[in-house]
Formats: sequence, structure tokens, C-alpha cells
Amino acid sequence: MTRRAVARALVYLSLVLATLVVLLPLTVVFLTSLKTSGEMADDSGALTLPDDPLNFGNYVTAFQDGRMLSAFGNTALILVVAIGGTVLIGSMTAYAIDRFRFRFRKLVLALFLVAALVPGVTTQVATFQIVNSLGMFDSLWAPIALYMGTDIVSIYIFLQFVRAIPVSLDESARIDGANAFTVYRKIIFPLLKPAIATVVIVKGINVYNDFYIPFLYMPSEDLGVISTSLFRFKGPFGAHWETISAGAILVIVPTLIVFLFLQRFIYNGFTRGATK
Amino acid sequence: MTDTTRKAARPAAPTAPAGPTPPSAARRTRRWRGVTPWLFLIGPLVLLIAFTYAPIVNMVAYSFTDWDGVSPELHYTGAENYAELFTRPELFEVFLVSGYYLAASVVQIAAALYFATVLSFNVRFRNFFKGVLFFPYLINGVAIGFVFLYFFQDGGTLDAILSLFGYDGDRAWLGTPASANVSLAGVSVWRYMGLNFVLFLGAIQSIPGELYEAAELDGANRWQQFRHIIAPGIRPVLSLSVILSVSGSLSVFEIPYIMTGGATGTETFVIQTVKLAFQFNKTGLASAAAVVLLLIILAVTWVQRRLVPDDKVDLV
Repeated sequence: MTRRAVARALVYLSLVLATLVVLLPLTVVFLTSLKTSGEMADDSGALTLPDDPLNFGNYVTAFQDGRMLSAFGNTALILVVAIGGTVLIGSMTAYAIDRFRFRFRKLVLALFLVAALVPGVTTQVATFQIVNSLGMFDSLWAPIALYMGTDIVSIYIFLQFVRAIPVSLDESARIDGANAFTVYRKIIFPLLKPAIATVVIVKGINVYNDFYIPFLYMPSEDLGVISTSLFRFKGPFGAHWETISAGAILVIVPTLIVFLFLQRFIYNGFTRGATK
Repeated sequence: MTDTTRKAARPAAPTAPAGPTPPSAARRTRRWRGVTPWLFLIGPLVLLIAFTYAPIVNMVAYSFTDWDGVSPELHYTGAENYAELFTRPELFEVFLVSGYYLAASVVQIAAALYFATVLSFNVRFRNFFKGVLFFPYLINGVAIGFVFLYFFQDGGTLDAILSLFGYDGDRAWLGTPASANVSLAGVSVWRYMGLNFVLFLGAIQSIPGELYEAAELDGANRWQQFRHIIAPGIRPVLSLSVILSVSGSLSVFEIPYIMTGGATGTETFVIQTVKLAFQFNKTGLASAAAVVLLLIILAVTWVQRRLVPDDKVDLV
């Protein structure tokens, strides 16, 4: 009995420790974001509380001088277009591959399967040249096209769901005179809602957080997304940790809100996305 | 199982609609049906070829040239780039840095396994702990980079915590190569552990509860339950996590690039490749490096598929 109690206590201890390890670095940055530059300079240590817990001046600086507003705008635009495109492409591909028997079907399928094994980071050297020759370099089209065109995982997820939709539904619609596009639009697509939710969440978080692609393809300051705009804080705000912290918290808060509201979908989405 | 029944239910060849349609119209329908799937596939295939396959082919081609990425001129140099890659030690040293991340991923998987097991039993505040452990995975990488730059800063979070316990080291955590790499690998564990954890937890929770009850009746303790029920149940997810962390360790980019820019011996293979290609305009050499990395990752994947054959690839 006592041994069980000790084991239980140790388990809780480890969980509390892990919670501290996760939350402490974030909390300290949050506290720092509320301090004034004067407080930062007097060297009172990282763990002290800010004098004025409602000092949001650093957030104003981060928003105005750090161009975070246009960054959020660019990110939102890329998110909407790239996710919309991914949903269309993924569902169309899955519909065509699962519901039709045609020549080279196996080859097409293999092309998509093998592509899933190629990590995107390795091929950017050459992808860059293609994006450049298409005239998309330093425009919002570069990340949009790359996010849409290289997402094999969503195609997998859609394939799983299309397979689960009974073929008899398509067939009865066909007998009523519907053509393939009507079947896709009126029957398959509406039934794919859970898959669409998964793809929107997983893709949305990945696009929101991506740094590599916007960093490589959109060097202009006007085209900053939240990752690259935040990264640029490093220069002008060099040692101004209070401003950098405010910028980091600004970027984290939307993620936290989405996570709190959509927890269950997020867990399911990432589990499905990674294992399929 | 469902597949066979479905195949049987589906007509072998697309038949034209029955009824009084004249034969020529039937043929036209058939031809039209042959074209239909391609109408759906043309867009996705164009994107797939343009942004995945064309780059691979080009990259292999560039790797045998001295191209600088800009000038219209390029010369075929044979395997010179590859020779340079394998003989100039500073170009190959970056692989050693991956070792730190590989070691970190062992820690990461072990920790994820521990927390997943613990939280699969009845624990108070389970959802809170689950959320806290997973949340770092969702945070923007640049924000994480800054959070931890401040964490490791002189007089930053870590120093402040240590001084609470009476250590006043004032160490420059990112100052020496070994210390910097260990710190950065630690950040990577902090960031990615949550994904492994949630995957493991999902796999453990899909094991039917009666198994534990039966084991408990037979007098099995927690360790035996883990060893004989949980471990076999999560094998596929475990092997997936291993492969993800091996290829992840080889292609680390964000955290070291954001935090140190590759200084003090923290340069990774991808940082080096990006610098070769986009700062020093050595597209040829960078392509050769990328080809080597791609081959290594494909080899690792292949080995994993070999070792864990029950993790079947589902060819529809």
C-alpha cells in the first residue's frame, strides 16, 4: 500500500515537473513582455514580476514597428488560399483515384506515395530555381503554390475517407443522371466534412508556423508573414528583450486560443496526419 | 476485407447506362468516362511534378555541374562535387551535429513513452497535463527560438532559476559548441516531445480495456502490463516515431538557424546547404549535398520498412 502511494506521488511529481519545464520559459517571456525598458536595464533578474502588469506598451511597439499587422494579413491570405487549394486538390485526387479504374492508375498512385517519402527541405535548392523561373519568387504565390502542391499527407487523409463512402451512393446518383462532377460536388465533397476539418486544422497550424518557405521565397519586408516578421525583430530590437517577448507572445496567443477551443480535433488531426 | 466486397459490387468495366441508347453514344460515354479521372487529376499532377519530381531530377543534374544558380553558363564537372563533399572534412562535419539531435530524440521518445503510459492510467487533471505536454508542438518555431534565446541568455531564465538554488555559474550556455548543441537539442526535445506523446497515448488508448483487467486479475503489475500489453500495442507508432526522429535529426534547420544562425559549431546539414546555395551561390555543390541527404533519408526509410513489415503500405 505504501509503496503504491510512493509510486503515485512520484508520478505526480514528474508530471508537475514536466508542466514547469513547459510553462516556465513561456511564463517568463510573458512577464518580460510586460516590463519597461527601464525595468529590463536595472538587472532585477528574469523571474521578477513587472511593476505594472497592464503595461502593454511593448505590444504596441511590436505591432507598429514590427509590422505585425501586415504580417498577420499576409499569413491569413496565404492560409485561406493554400488551405482552400489543398482541400480541393486532395479531395479531387482521392475521388479520381478511388472511384475510377483507368490506365496508369497504379503509376499515378505510386507517384503520390513515393513523393510522401521525399522531405521538402532536401529539394529546396532545385525547387527554388523552378519557382524563380515561374516568376513567383518574392510573391505570395510561391508559398501558396508550394503548400498546395507538396501536401501528400492530406491526399492520404482524403483517400481514407473517400474509401469509406459507400459506392452505392455514387451509383444511385449516376442512375438519376448525375455526371462525375455532380457526384463529386453533391455527394463526395459534402460527406468529406470530417476529413476537411482534419486537413484544415493540421494544415492551418503548419502553414501558420512555417518559417523555411516564406524565409527562402519572400525576402521583401512587405511580404513578411508572422514567422519572418518576428524573425526580423532580431535586428532592430537587438537587445530589447521586452519588445521581442511581446512579439513572440503575440504570435503564440492565437495558437493558444485555437488549441483551447479545438483541442479534440487537434489531437485527432495530428494523430491521423502522422500515422497515415 | 471491405475491399474485396466492394470490388465485387463495383462493375468491372464502366458500363454505359442501360436502355435504348444507340451504340455510338455508348462509345462516346465510355471514352468520356476514360477522360474524366484525368480532368480531376490534371491539376494535382501538374503541381506534384512541378514541385516534387522536377526539382529532384534537376537537383541530380545540377549536382554534376559547377552552376552558380544565376549565370546562364554551367559546366559539367562529373562527380567533383561529391568528391569535394566527402573529402573536405568541414563540409562533412555537420553530420556530427546531427548526433546531438539523434541522442536527444532517444530522450524525447523515452519521455513521451513514459508520460503516455502514465497518463493512460487514471490520473487527476489528465486533460490538463495532456494539453500542457502537447502544446509546445503547436507553437511557432521562431517564437520558440526567441523564448529559448532568452532562456539561455546571460542572466536569462535558466540562470535566474539556477541562482534560486544557489548556483551562480553565469555560464554562456550557447558559448561553446558542445554546450550550444546540447542546449539546442534540448529545445528540440521541448518542442517535439508532445507529438510523440500524443501518438503514443492514442495507440495505448486504442488497446481494449479488458486486457488490463484480465492482466490485473492474473496479478500482473504495472511494469508487466507495460511490457506485455502496451509495448506490443504501440509498436507501429513507435517505429514511425523512430523513423521520423532519424530523418528529423538529419534535417534540423529551424531551431539552430533562428537561435544561433549556425554559429559556434551548431551548423547543421540543411543550414550548410542553404548557405552554400543561397549565400555562396554554389548551386552545384549544394545540390550534391542535398542528393546525399535525400539518399540517406530514403535509405533509413527503406531499412525501417524492412524491419517492421507489419507497418504495411496501403496500396489502395
